[in-house]
Amino acid sequence: MHKKATYLIPYLLWIGLFVIAPMALIVYQSFFNITGHFTLGNYEQYLTNGVYLKMTFNSILYALIITLSTLLISYPTALLLNRLKNKQLWLLLIILPTWINLLLKTYAFIGLFSQNGSVNDFLRFVGLGSHQILFTDASFIFVAAYIEIPFMILPIFNSLAELKPSMINASRDLGANSWQTFRRVILPLTMPGVKAGFQAIFIPSLSLFMITRLIGGNRVITLGTAIEEHFLVTQNWGMGSTIGVILILAMFVVMYLTRDRKVKGGRIR
Amino acid sequence: MKKWRISNLYLALVFIVLYLPIFYLIFYSFNVGDTMDHFSGFSWRHYATLLSDSRMISIVLNTLIIALLSSLIATIVGTMGALGIYSAKKATVKNGLLSLNNVLMVSPDVIIGASFLIFFTFLGFSLGFGSVLLSHIAFSIPIVVLMVLPKINELPKTMVDAAYDLGASSWQTLTKVILPAITPGIFAGYFMAFTYSLDDFAVTFFVTGNGFSTLSVEIYSRARQGVDLEVNALSTLMFIVSLLLVVGYYLLGRYNQNRRLQRVKAAEAKINQ
Repeated sequence: MHKKATYLIPYLLWIGLFVIAPMALIVYQSFFNITGHFTLGNYEQYLTNGVYLKMTFNSILYALIITLSTLLISYPTALLLNRLKNKQLWLLLIILPTWINLLLKTYAFIGLFSQNGSVNDFLRFVGLGSHQILFTDASFIFVAAYIEIPFMILPIFNSLAELKPSMINASRDLGANSWQTFRRVILPLTMPGVKAGFQAIFIPSLSLFMITRLIGGNRVITLGTAIEEHFLVTQNWGMGSTIGVILILAMFVVMYLTRDRKVKGGRIR
Repeated sequence: MKKWRISNLYLALVFIVLYLPIFYLIFYSFNVGDTMDHFSGFSWRHYATLLSDSRMISIVLNTLIIALLSSLIATIVGTMGALGIYSAKKATVKNGLLSLNNVLMVSPDVIIGASFLIFFTFLGFSLGFGSVLLSHIAFSIPIVVLMVLPKINELPKTMVDAAYDLGASSWQTLTKVILPAITPGIFAGYFMAFTYSLDDFAVTFFVTGNGFSTLSVEIYSRARQGVDLEVNALSTLMFIVSLLLVVGYYLLGRYNQNRRLQRVKAAEAKINQ
């Protein structure tokens, strides 16, 4: 028994120092104002000042749009990938871009979306004329969805691969057409994958701040941007922590709503 | 036949969109000009700039040192943690430890970064190499635990009992029976921790302070100032490294599988004797 305790010390220390203490500190810090006095003012300000509530609402809205558009693109992709020969190899090719540094992928879009960039060249070529693409809401959503797509395809693909072909055959035998089979059999049975993907994308989308700065041009403010701003720019840690606590609460709500399966592979940068 | 075409077209489009930005970056790294929108000729110029940029090279080295060290320490602590979770007798203790383990897996990066920043400031720990290293170790430990734990759970309990019955001490059982069996999980954990560390931006950004920088943070600050083709040259090199890592991971996976298959076969052969 004594021996067991010794080798566990580093791990338990880690739990104490890097899991419990920081989380406790962020809650503690949220009760202090910028001059270091104990106060409930941050929460009061958050709840009564329209700016914060509007920002939270916008952030949730953006995260929803990003997650749903990712889902819309990923589900058919996963479905089609699953029918291919060598599907594991194709899946590997879907996952490969996630190994490229996130910052570099975002940086690429600064070039692609610029005034004289390739996307505008293409638009001019097809006669649509050039547009301001960078620093718009649409470009922010596009880049965020681009980065998250593999994390949605993967869980859906896995739950499709687990689906027994006999289920589909049975459905066909019982006279269901392809749409009915999809709607009544395939979709319900792959819901765990969809939920896992939703969880893996929605929460990081709430907290993105790098893409909002580089691509959104500070027009889009998410909960993550607000936290970064309060911590590293205005140095109002109390308010930043308060928004952090809100983000943690939002995370629990999302996890509760999409419970029944843990996210495999977990966190996205 | 027509349906087949449409579906393949759709998949092709998805793949093009996924890879276009990456190849776009690589393509312009060979541009003789300075912009990412007009290709004026081929040159290695930006690679030369990159290789003579001593600041960038020291940042690359910093990033690698942080990644290698943090994943090594995280692997050791995480493996001990996984063994501890496995040997917990009470279900409540086991589940409690697992939930605490997963807190950092599900928390958004911004929360991890901000809370670590408060933590380090609270302790009076100065920001720099040390704080970045500790943060990377901290967020890598749960990944290692999640990679190692399934391997320990796969290990038949009878094996451990047999070792004890044959008179092995608990140290001998650990080093001769348990550790060899979970080595694939430990390697996978190390590998994942390494890539997480290389890739991390948000947490590092919060705890890095002034003076110390990693690649992600450096790319961010350069990208904020606009296009710099030296970054493109860097991205080509990093793409090649990522590719090698993926191939390595894939081979490691196959190696593990093969070893596992072999072990199963060996066990079957012994049982059938």
